[in-house]
Amino acid sequence: MRYSRILTAAALLAALAIPASGIYPVFVMKLLCFAIFACAYNLLLGFSGMLSFGHAAYFGSAAYVTGWLIATQGWGPLGAVAGGMLASALLGLVIGALAIRRQGIYFAMVTLALAQLVYFVCLEAPFTGGENGLQGVARGTLLGILPLKSDVVMYYVVLAAFVGVYLLILRIVHSPFGQVLKAIRDNEQRAISLGYEVRRYKLLAFVLSASLAGLGGSLKTLVLGFTTLSDVLQANSGEVILMTLLGGTGTFAGPVVGAALVVTLQEYLSELVGGWVTVIIGAIFVACVLTFRRGIVGELGARLARFRNR
Amino acid sequence: MTTVFGIPVVVILGQLTLGLVNGAFYAMLSLGLAVIFGLMGVVNFAHGAFYALGAFAALVALQHFGIGYWPGLLVAPLCVGILGVILERLFLRHVYRLEPLYGLLLTFGLALMIEGGLQQVFGASGQSYPVPESLQGALNLRFMILPKYRAWVILASLSVCFGTWFLIERTRLGATLRAATENAPLLQAFGVNVPLLVAATYGGGVALAAFAGVLAAPVILVTPQMGASLVTVVFAVVVIGGMGSILGAIVSGLALGVVEGATKVIYPEASNIVVFVIMALVLILRPAGLFGRE
Repeated sequence: MRYSRILTAAALLAALAIPASGIYPVFVMKLLCFAIFACAYNLLLGFSGMLSFGHAAYFGSAAYVTGWLIATQGWGPLGAVAGGMLASALLGLVIGALAIRRQGIYFAMVTLALAQLVYFVCLEAPFTGGENGLQGVARGTLLGILPLKSDVVMYYVVLAAFVGVYLLILRIVHSPFGQVLKAIRDNEQRAISLGYEVRRYKLLAFVLSASLAGLGGSLKTLVLGFTTLSDVLQANSGEVILMTLLGGTGTFAGPVVGAALVVTLQEYLSELVGGWVTVIIGAIFVACVLTFRRGIVGELGARLARFRNR
Repeated sequence: MTTVFGIPVVVILGQLTLGLVNGAFYAMLSLGLAVIFGLMGVVNFAHGAFYALGAFAALVALQHFGIGYWPGLLVAPLCVGILGVILERLFLRHVYRLEPLYGLLLTFGLALMIEGGLQQVFGASGQSYPVPESLQGALNLRFMILPKYRAWVILASLSVCFGTWFLIERTRLGATLRAATENAPLLQAFGVNVPLLVAATYGGGVALAAFAGVLAAPVILVTPQMGASLVTVVFAVVVIGGMGSILGAIVSGLALGVVEGATKVIYPEASNIVVFVIMALVLILRPAGLFGRE
């Protein structure tokens, strides 16, 4: 536990120093948005044991709603992000209520299919801009005082949001509610026989995960100033699974590490190898499943525990 | 001209046959998924990738080796089937003892590799495959004009589906297969080579997808992504029909294709999503699926 605290503090210090370091802040902001997305996803897969194959729907719909509220309705950033999260929470409520009627692989297939439905709606609805997406979303001023136009200010806002999500997930998982979720993950039948309203717990976890994923999507729109169909694509759902799996399902830091790796990989590898990046991502998936299912953080934690017990 | 609700009957029948053609593809793909899932407990996410691979194999066979449509219909599924057996031996066999979700994730990775690879080699824009000469033109059935190739697709897929059903439900090999589904260790104790049977089943299942890909090649644009969107619809079909029964997979595949065609006539905007909406309704009314047992 001590090691992880030192590491977390070091990572936080490093994150605070990013604007002074010369690293392109927009890249780190994008990375943080995906880290929020992956942490939200991990709440569902890692701590509640539900494999959703359609999380791009929540990320993307919040991104669209935020962009639409700012670009056409003239809302401020705070209201637009809240609106985006609300949209993804409602979507999560509807899809979650349908999907939890089945378990395991069927759950995965249902979430995948309904996310595809959301994709088609985004493709054809009049307010999403179709193939072009929504362009020219202004960042505006937060609470009337913080000019988000400045990359430094925007960066610290995104960082604060990320830290907030991280702490919130820690709190949720360690709460009695989180313990019940873990019990459901490990043995659903037993949780039912103990008298827990399993469905209600699962649905709440689903909605929480969807709204936090939406926060990631909304912030991404704000940071980059545009939303496109790629946010709601099935590939995006796949990537968030990969981030979580690669970093370590069911660990707290894992999704962050995974998001950092996958986003960096896409940013820099695509310059080197072009279109082969999809093939490489597929290969990482295969390698993850076959050789280190606990993910990077999970494996490191297990090694460390073994080392200490010696 | 005869019309129903102001829509010419010819148009309606045309869309319905088009729907039946699509349904034929859904049926063949969900059939393969059901067979693979039944025996191996793996939902093969790469099914759409193998479908695309089949179409490209036929294309390469035609362009580089002069192998025409009819032999291609055999050669392409054979090649893809062999590839399936190799991939099963290399990767898939390691996940049977794990939770079923890992099989889904593994085959998702395989799908990305296959589709990404196809895109790098052939480009994303797509190519067309010529309709074989003997199937060009259309049949005039008086009440409608039926393109010969569409009729052939429906006929071919129905025969293949029936053949697969017969193989599994009515032959000795099928009985062995069903026994392996029920209790593989016991079957192995009787001296049946179960790992070989599993590999062959996976090969057969993906060969079926490749066969569908070759059948589809002359009527659609052959692109690396042609299977990716299809597989999502097929998953919805499988949720609706339930993966427990082979006949259920065939029937729901065909039926949903027709429903999709009918939607194209009545309310075209919804034709892309109608299958998903039906899936949502089935989940509300009959969560286990129409033919499912739980």
